[in-house]
Amino acid sequence: MSAAAASDRVLGLAASLRLEVGGNIHDSLVEALYTEAAWIADRSVTREGQPARFDLDRAIDRLVTSRWLGFPLMIALLAGVFWLTISGANVPSRLLAQALIDGGHAWLKSAAAQLAVPHWIDGLLIDGAYLTTAWVVSVMLPPMAIFFPLFTLLEDFGYLPRVAFNLDGLFRRAGAHGKQALTMSMGYGCNAAGVIATRIIDSPRERLIAILTNNFALCNGRWPTQFLIATVFIGALAPPAFAGLVSAGAVVGIAVLGIGLTFASSWVLSRTALRGEASAYSLELPPYRPPRILQTIYTSLIDRTIIVLGRAVLFALPAGVVIWLLANVSLGGTSLAAHIIDGLQPFGLLIGLNGVILLAYIIAIPANEIVIPTVLMLTVLSAGLTGVGPGPGVMFELEGLDDTAALLQAGGWTVLTALNLMLFSLVHNPCSTTIYTIWRETGSVKWTAVAAIFPVLLGLLLCAATTVIWRWLAL
Amino acid sequence: MKSSAPEACAGCAARGAALVRLGDSFDRADHVVALAGNPNTGKSTVFNALTGLRQHTGNWPGKTVARAEGGFSFAQRRYKLVDLPGTYSLLSTSSDEEIARDFLLFGRPDVTVIVVDASRLERNLNLVLQVLEITRRAVICLNLMDEAERRGLAVDPRRLARDLGVPVVPTVARRRQGIGELLAAIDEVATGRTVGQPHRLENLPAALERAVQRLGAELEARFPRLANARWVALRLLEGDARIQDAVRSGELGELEGAAALLPRWSGATP
Repeated sequence: MSAAAASDRVLGLAASLRLEVGGNIHDSLVEALYTEAAWIADRSVTREGQPARFDLDRAIDRLVTSRWLGFPLMIALLAGVFWLTISGANVPSRLLAQALIDGGHAWLKSAAAQLAVPHWIDGLLIDGAYLTTAWVVSVMLPPMAIFFPLFTLLEDFGYLPRVAFNLDGLFRRAGAHGKQALTMSMGYGCNAAGVIATRIIDSPRERLIAILTNNFALCNGRWPTQFLIATVFIGALAPPAFAGLVSAGAVVGIAVLGIGLTFASSWVLSRTALRGEASAYSLELPPYRPPRILQTIYTSLIDRTIIVLGRAVLFALPAGVVIWLLANVSLGGTSLAAHIIDGLQPFGLLIGLNGVILLAYIIAIPANEIVIPTVLMLTVLSAGLTGVGPGPGVMFELEGLDDTAALLQAGGWTVLTALNLMLFSLVHNPCSTTIYTIWRETGSVKWTAVAAIFPVLLGLLLCAATTVIWRWLAL
Repeated sequence: MKSSAPEACAGCAARGAALVRLGDSFDRADHVVALAGNPNTGKSTVFNALTGLRQHTGNWPGKTVARAEGGFSFAQRRYKLVDLPGTYSLLSTSSDEEIARDFLLFGRPDVTVIVVDASRLERNLNLVLQVLEITRRAVICLNLMDEAERRGLAVDPRRLARDLGVPVVPTVARRRQGIGELLAAIDEVATGRTVGQPHRLENLPAALERAVQRLGAELEARFPRLANARWVALRLLEGDARIQDAVRSGELGELEGAAALLPRWSGATP
């Protein structure tokens, strides 16, 4: 008898036996499993004394998942983390800038001058690549070194599943999977990681929704932009004592808007292109575990902070070169950068941004992290400011936040521009890594294109709408 | 990462057995160890403790979506450790359960470590009993003993080991308690010094039990190397399409062992 025939015989026997046994075999099996699991567990587990009268886990759960307090607590926790990040990152950022930019850059320049290095090499490498990188490190490292450990501590403690629990109903009403709350949380660290995390969602329809909307979770490349602009413009509107809180509030507002957009776009998608019912699933609320603080800080510094920073530096180096070239290669007496900015300016102003911001976002497609340094440098260049900054194509750190504000205002920035930049930073195309990840995970050029283009259009629309309303109110 | 095993272990021969974490270098492994368990029982923590890798651990279920792999060496033998996604059962068809089930069944690890939450023993045993139907080369890692204690539960590992018929090692992986004992147990099972007599389901309805035995015998005749004919018979009776395919293609009987299969599985994550 051939092997194939023998296999068929086995399958045939299975089919006839299945009919013979009848009933629901799956249920019989599960029943046997439960019976024996209960029996064995009962024999080896003893409960000592009275069960604890006060169950801390359940007390905390009742609070953080309560119908009335769940959401306010969630937002308060978010605000607390942001506030600690904003107020804690300021001083180390300034120290790093002093060391790397005021100190390091000046030292490199004088060394280059002594060695008589040609102007363009010196400019390309020191004013371009080195300064951009130094900027990225001094702007990003401190907030990340505070934000990531705090976030990881919350994660280790067991708070994330409670967030998922709170958001589950909303996601289901939006026609999406409740586990999307978890992938969204991952997106707060990195959208590419968030997109990969959607593998925990089984239904392809719901998974695609989770992938397409992950971009609305602010990633760590965008947190520094939010923190800086909120501090410089929004915080400055409030009395100094409340500035930190008001800035944190503004960032919370943007983050919550992102969650709102996630729901809204999930809702629209599940009623149009990705129609279907939300599938049921069970979510276990794991016990709270006291986080191992030192270990968590160590691993989140190594795993998240350093890796993310490394990526930022990797992208900052070539971007620095591009920026320097744009600023120093001239066409008809004006630099390339000035040409492009002039071209983008009318459209930018129309929607409440400006040409500088639009060009910065084009340069920063590989990595959101370098948006702010690029914006500052291009502002100096295009406003033709004299006496501020070291020269065309040179990134620099301003002495303090006041100087940053003064520079941006001289470049024609208003509170409206700042607000729109925060909005656009939330709603624009994902970075190139995320786009690549989306393509790898979906295997579809069409959906990758949607994921890349749709947010840009939405962001431009959002800024335009804000501008119209703002001007109508004549603020 | 640590250097490779033979050199690193040259000086520690006197101590007989010592853990050398090999991080992500696990070529030429002597044995393959799978790490299974319910979600959120600390599988990744155990994985990190054994390999020295820093697979991200987080307190939420579903964190390990793909398979993670790492290596360690113990008592002069090199092990490859595969961290499977956490699942509550091996019976349904969600993609994470399929990855875990397929690896246990077709990947044939030399040892399967089932990480169990001591404070939720009964629910965790559901998966344990299913894995024990598939393989007898299993070790139970009774993790989170501190949490069970905090909840006023005392779990008797020896009683449990007798009932399940495989070694049971109590651990607190976060504090690296019991990892040495776990390694020793893995080593004993991998080298065949300990042979489990795993608990097999006793409460199946009589008609089903008879059908399982008959089909099992037929399967063993067709696939002489098949180690878990009983489980395969159960799946066939339930009409599991993946297993039917494996019977039809002969895949079920062709596998020499885990090592031969590994390259094929390296790209098998969803």
